[in-house]
Amino acid sequence: MALLIRDLRIATRAGGGAGLGLAFFLMVVILVPLGVGPETQLLARIAPGVLWVGALLACLLTLDRIFALDFEDGTLDALLCAPLPLSGVVLVKSIAHWLVTGLPLTLVSPLLGVLLNLPAEGYFWLMASLLPGTLSLSVIGAFGAALTVGVRRGGLLLSLLVLPLYVPSLVFGAECASALMNVKDPTTPFILLTVITLASLAFLPVAGAAALRANLR
Amino acid sequence: MSLWEYANPVKFMRLSGAVLPWVSVLAGVSITAALFWGFFLTPDDFKQGSTVKIIFIHVPAAMLAINAWFMMLVASLIWVIRRHHVSALAARAAAPIGFVMTLVALITGAVWGQPMWGTWWAWDPRLTSFLILALFYLGYMALWEAVENPDTAADLTSVLCLVGTVFAILSRYAVNFWNQGLHQGASIGRVDAVTGADTAEKVSNVYFYPLALSILGFFLLFVMLVLLRTRTEIRVRRTSALLARERIG
Amino acid sequence: MPELGDYAFEVLLAYGVSIALILALVGASIWRAKRVTRALREIEARRDQS
Repeated sequence: MALLIRDLRIATRAGGGAGLGLAFFLMVVILVPLGVGPETQLLARIAPGVLWVGALLACLLTLDRIFALDFEDGTLDALLCAPLPLSGVVLVKSIAHWLVTGLPLTLVSPLLGVLLNLPAEGYFWLMASLLPGTLSLSVIGAFGAALTVGVRRGGLLLSLLVLPLYVPSLVFGAECASALMNVKDPTTPFILLTVITLASLAFLPVAGAAALRANLR
Repeated sequence: MSLWEYANPVKFMRLSGAVLPWVSVLAGVSITAALFWGFFLTPDDFKQGSTVKIIFIHVPAAMLAINAWFMMLVASLIWVIRRHHVSALAARAAAPIGFVMTLVALITGAVWGQPMWGTWWAWDPRLTSFLILALFYLGYMALWEAVENPDTAADLTSVLCLVGTVFAILSRYAVNFWNQGLHQGASIGRVDAVTGADTAEKVSNVYFYPLALSILGFFLLFVMLVLLRTRTEIRVRRTSALLARERIG
Repeated sequence: MPELGDYAFEVLLAYGVSIALILALVGASIWRAKRVTRALREIEARRDQS
């Protein structure tokens, strides 16, 4: 718990990068209409997908901060000896990452939905899919960050490793968010997305801890 | 005397050195024979015309693309559990082979799809999951390259391989689900269509024997390349160990 | 040369590209194996002398 508060405080401090992901998300969503043209119908159709891909990229952008600073100044070595198991550390850090990126993204997504002419009935499922979806992105991303923490300039490598792992979350999340527009039931993809999130929460911190241990040896 | 004896690098080098020439010759002969047979001696399919000949490369490559990853998974598990270095190096050696086979399967599939479906690329579940598989191979190879300490790299890539396997399977199902949402049943079970139901009654044997030979040849090629590349990796490891000793001494 | 009909270009392209890719992989593997073996032999020879 103390670790969570500490991580949140560091992230929200100036230069911590909490607002960075949010600003990036905003940029992506503004750039898409500029790229594909202002037809409202087209924008409405692609809005859930654009918002999902934007959230994914914004999440990706801030991943390498999860462990990099603590690795450099030796905090991770200290945490290795802490009473909290290392998988718990990974879990807390991914939740902290989610609280400063995924959760704000979810909260502002309706505003950006307005920009993209998202139809009224789409908002509920958009937020409902982003809420567990971004959490799974953070947890999977923390695993990727744990793998690459020892690599100098590992940002690009991190993206390469994490992006294929994001495929299931993206598919189910975007499917869920756009289901109503295609006259389909959004609950099935929502349940599958939630299952992925819960399973990631349960197992990936253990794998992440194994990766951290290998990197710290 | 058990199988684990060959986890000893010296023993592995001796055995693989003895086996390698034979496997290479067999692989070369059977692939050449199978492709020659498939290309020159099989009739055209009455629906697909001569494009059916692509099957003799496409199907074995696709099988290897998946089986190479499976072999890496087993090798990674052996490394994690019993920490045999040869096993970790074999996993590393197999990755580029799997990647090339995935590319071959994708390219032959695209070339085949052009006349058959009228498009080079369709977001068919099978095609999409192979594209994702190629990304997994890329990530895996990149991680091996990026980490300097070889034991750390072996640990990290093993963990990635295990997690990646789960997510690759998940992606397969996710993509299935996703595509059903876009266009109903438009996908073509190409392999089944050719080897199974459609043409089975009349001509299946004509294609089946060269295909089986080709699959055998590709697997022999895979074994040969894994042995060769693992031997190379072991030598690289020994070279750097000797260099390190020289620097100290 | 068998009669390939309308699809000659596709079939030849598929065969050509695949065989080129596989040969490139085999060639790269053999080339690297040779280079590494030579380097190792040099070092071992140097070690035996001293």
